Amino acid sequence: MSFEVRVEKRLGERMIAAEFVSDAGLTALFGLSGAGKTSLLNMVAGLLRPDAGRIVVDGSVLFDSATGIDVPARARRVGYVFQDGRLFPHKRVKDNLLYGWALADPAQRWMDLDEAVRFLGIGPLLNRWPRTLSGGEAQRVAIGRALLSAPHMLLMDEPLASLDRGRREEIMQVIERLRDELKLPILYVSHDRDEVERLATLIVPVESHGF
Amino acid sequence: MLSAEEWGIVLLSLKVSGVAVLLCLPIAFGLAWLLARGRFPGRVVLDALVHLPLVLPPVVTGWLLLLAFGNNGPAGRWFSEALGISFMFRWTGAALAAAVMALPLMVRAMRLSIEAVDPKLEQAAETLGASRAHVFATITLPLALPGLLAGMVLGFARSLGEFGATITFVSNIPGETQTLPIAIYSALQVPGSEAVVTRLAILSVALSLAALIASETLVRRSGQGRGRHVL
Repeated sequence: MSFEVRVEKRLGERMIAAEFVSDAGLTALFGLSGAGKTSLLNMVAGLLRPDAGRIVVDGSVLFDSATGIDVPARARRVGYVFQDGRLFPHKRVKDNLLYGWALADPAQRWMDLDEAVRFLGIGPLLNRWPRTLSGGEAQRVAIGRALLSAPHMLLMDEPLASLDRGRREEIMQVIERLRDELKLPILYVSHDRDEVERLATLIVPVESHGF
Repeated sequence: MLSAEEWGIVLLSLKVSGVAVLLCLPIAFGLAWLLARGRFPGRVVLDALVHLPLVLPPVVTGWLLLLAFGNNGPAGRWFSEALGISFMFRWTGAALAAAVMALPLMVRAMRLSIEAVDPKLEQAAETLGASRAHVFATITLPLALPGLLAGMVLGFARSLGEFGATITFVSNIPGETQTLPIAIYSALQVPGSEAVVTRLAILSVALSLAALIASETLVRRSGQGRGRHVL
């Protein structure tokens, strides 16, 4: 199983709970804005601690409230592509790409800079500063940075949300190739039905429950 | 041009201010970090304490320093016995007074620059495998650096202008505690010294202006400073 997630977390007035098992290439968490999808990704990434539950990815237990396991975010080896890109503004594109790569155990790396650059078509961007990139360019660099950190899986949070129509198509094709060529398990968050129906191998509906 | 004596005053002022800022730097940074990121009871009280020298009459600050760091003060005795450092009527005392007066401004500037660092970037670095220390060294510190430098420049400028607390704490001793503002004050007491006063005053304006411009430039250059000012 790629993903085995059962978590609950109370955030203010809301209760976020989800339970799913997925062996699919791309598992989409689908639901309205504010349903807690991003919180779920953050729990898988180790940025948000569930109140209770169990998270297993690719056979390794990342969180288990019953046995007290809570692997810190830096050791979970998730490639997280954030909605807002979050490129480091003080580093050029190349140094952004290599940030996680330099920290990864050399034996665990499965992609090098040249491959990532070719895969994503970002060769001409390497010496640019993040603030000079368009939305689509920044999103490709963010995907490249995540891939180069030698992750076991990819978490993508609305990666198309800030893009115009033309760029969306471009990034969708990149995501399809990630899913089909790299065979990387992807947990994907979206509120857009068309997007999810096209990309997802499995759709998991997410709802939050108020008190 | 400046006489040898006047050059001595300028050099002493630069030395006192430089030492004050270096002394202040680790303390100001620690306090700025606590106030920007810390969540603990008493944070408001700490914030108020740090800002106290900004609003207290400087003569009161000088008097409190005298009580604490004078030869019979608890802190003064400890410094002289443990480290062999004496503050009374020495330039070291002038530096201490300047440091205390510069502290609020430095903490303020540094705190703003730390708060301007987006924690989401630090989270992103964490998911890429960075430890806390690595995140601090490669993300937080470089992003906050322009503000930290601006805070230092500002503290330096404030130290150059320090008068009330210094003269109360370590008096007015030429060559030892007589910094630029105190020298101007002394010259004003002597009839016929308008030329000296003018020269020293122009020098003060030039130094302060240079420091302020340097500080604003640093903040602006960082890009984070858009629409923000340290003053």
